[in-house]
Order: sequence, then C-alpha cells, then structure tokens
Amino acid sequence: MRTGLIAQKLGMTRIFDASGAHVPVTVLKVDACQVTAARTVERDGYNAVQVGAGVAKVSRTGRAMRGHFAKAKVEPKRELAEFRVAEDAVLAPGTVLGADHYVAGQYIDVTGQSIGKGFAGAMKRHNFSGLRASHGVSISHRSHGSTGQCQDPGKVFKGKKMAGHMGAERVTVQNLEVAAIDNDEGLILVRGAVPGSKGCWVTVRDAVKHLRPEEAPYPGGVAAADEPVVDEQIEAAAAAAEAQSTSDDQSGEATKED
Amino acid sequence: MNSLQEFEKAQVAKRVDASQIPEFGPGDTVKVNVKVVEGDRERVQAYEGVCIARKNAGINSSFTVRKISNNEGVERVFPLYSPRLESIDVTRRGKVRRAKLYYLRELRGKSARISERTTGRGMADVSRRAKGAPKIKAAPKASAEEKSE
Repeated sequence: MRTGLIAQKLGMTRIFDASGAHVPVTVLKVDACQVTAARTVERDGYNAVQVGAGVAKVSRTGRAMRGHFAKAKVEPKRELAEFRVAEDAVLAPGTVLGADHYVAGQYIDVTGQSIGKGFAGAMKRHNFSGLRASHGVSISHRSHGSTGQCQDPGKVFKGKKMAGHMGAERVTVQNLEVAAIDNDEGLILVRGAVPGSKGCWVTVRDAVKHLRPEEAPYPGGVAAADEPVVDEQIEAAAAAAEAQSTSDDQSGEATKED
Repeated sequence: MNSLQEFEKAQVAKRVDASQIPEFGPGDTVKVNVKVVEGDRERVQAYEGVCIARKNAGINSSFTVRKISNNEGVERVFPLYSPRLESIDVTRRGKVRRAKLYYLRELRGKSARISERTTGRGMADVSRRAKGAPKIKAAPKASAEEKSE
C-alpha cells in the first residue's frame, strides 16, 4: 500500500481518446504536493505518510504549524492529509510527489467534501417520489408521506429518512479510472465526476478494489529523487527532528524565564 | 483565464492542427465528412445540410446541421473538435439575421429557403474587391451569379 496525493479539483471538461470517442473528465491539479511527516511503527505505532499540498502564506500559518513545516524543511502547505502505507512505502519528509504517481488506465478512489445543499426535502435528499400532483392532494406534493404505523409501535423508528441537511459531507467515490496524466502541468484527468466544488481539495488514493498496476511507481511518483528511501534516512530525519523540537522547547523555556 | 480554460485551449490547439476547420456559421450549407466504423473497416460518410446553430465553448464547441431526409427533418449535432470529423466543407453561404435558426423547424419547402450571401464574413476577398479594387472583374461576376439564382 503506497501513499496517496492531495489534489485540487479544477473542474470538468472533455477529451477525445485515440479512437475519437469523447471522454468526460474531471481535471485534478497536483500542486506542490510534498511529504511533511512520516509515521513509523517504532515511534508512532503505525506506518503512515503525512502529505501537504498547496501554498499557504507564512503570515497566515500559526507558529505551531510553522514549526511543523520547518521540521520537514518544506514551505507551509494549505492542506494536510495522512495516508496509511506499508512499511517499505514510508517516504522521507520533503519528498515531492508528482502527478506521475498514477498511470493512465489505473483505478483510483477520490475523497472530497461534497457541495452543500442546505436543508433539503425528502424528495431531493432520499429520492422519495412525493405525493400525487392531483387526486385531492393539497399543498403537500413534495412531502415524505407517512413516517410509521399506529399506536403500536407508537413512535417513529430511528433512522427514518426525512428532510434535513444534505451535502457538505465527506464523500469517497471508488473505482474511478485515470483517463490521462499530464506530468508537466501536474494534472490528473479522471474519468467521471469527483465530489466537491471547483477549487476544492480532494485526496486521491489507489483503488482498494483494484490491483495497483505494475507500471505505477512504488513507493511513490517521486519528482527528483532517484535513490530509494531507506529506513535509516527516515530514522535520522526523525531523530534530527526530535532533537530540534527538544531544543525548541528549551529555548522557549529560556525566554519564559527572561 | 483559469487553468481549466488553459487546459481546454491546449486541447483545442492540438485538435485544430489535425483538421483544418473552415469559417462557417448559421445559415451556411455545410458538408460534414464523418468517419464511420463498419465492422473492422473505416469509411467516410458525408452529411450535408444547413448549419442552424453554433455553440462556442472551447473544446465543447459544437454545431447543429439540419437537413430534410425522406421528407423528415433530421438534425445532427457535431462536436466541432471531434477527431471523428474528417473535414467540413462549406458549399454555400447563407444570408440570415439570427444566430440560431430554430424557426426553420416549423418551415417546409419554399419558405425554408435561405438566400445566398456573397459578401461579408468569411468572404474577405470578395468584399475587398467590392470596396474599390476594380482591377479584377470578380465583383460584377459575383452579382451576376446572384441574379441568375
């Protein structure tokens, strides 16, 4: 299991494939996607990679996060996400991930926050049929109808589908096909729709229900590092980071005393 | 221009190189040569009719061609930048005052005719002569053609 990416949804368009057929695609942009931290079994009890993407203003980044980014020696990021990975797929902090992390034709799962619909009725929210347009129905054409039985059970069952808030929730769409990759521009073209509005951030992972193709780089589509990531490096980085953080704490205490 | 539009523009640029698309608009009679796959072999089929609408939307641009086939009106929408289009030939320019000629759907026969246009957009060479370059006798010739029709 290898890491995923954070990408920005640019919107939908179409491309024409080799046979001339039209393919509806969502364009995702991988922009300044870097590993910001690594979690290892020895230190954290599990293996994972924390990935950051986008560019955040330094002045808009809190001190705590500034320290976190400084530890990984990366620019402040807009978005952070953690991906559980196999032990041999832990990447060193600072590693730059590109769109070529994926290959055309492979399947991916995309997670994002869906567009908020506000307080929606039962017809829109749960695809109810509503009531009839005529035959004596008045005012309640779009209502949900009955919500239960009679004196027995004498209550509305929990989980009854009713009107309520819709959208603006975390949604994962599985098994989306990668139509094409444009590594120069950092674009992933995904066949079909992806949750979220234009400009929103989504996380992209290898599909859990498909085998990862052999062409896909393992442990990751690393931009400019040919050497494989060795555990020693990670440990060294972690040790250095810890040392730095302790020294930070000391200096903080010192200033307090003053 | 946002990045998505830039992406679409690049896609369009890639397509335009492959097939030269002539300048045409609503009212023009066009012959669209479409690649058709029959079994395992591919051939080109022509579809000729009046362009009644153009949609300009980057790579999503399309145009609608209407013709009367076996006494039945047929309309076909083609994506302008589709690689399935082998070529587009403009056979006749039409003089119309609308961008969308949907009113033709209600008309049949004589009333559904469109008079030919001999000047203006897409005919730069003719209009230049008309303005004042009497060396070539093309301008009167064009008007003669108009009369004959």
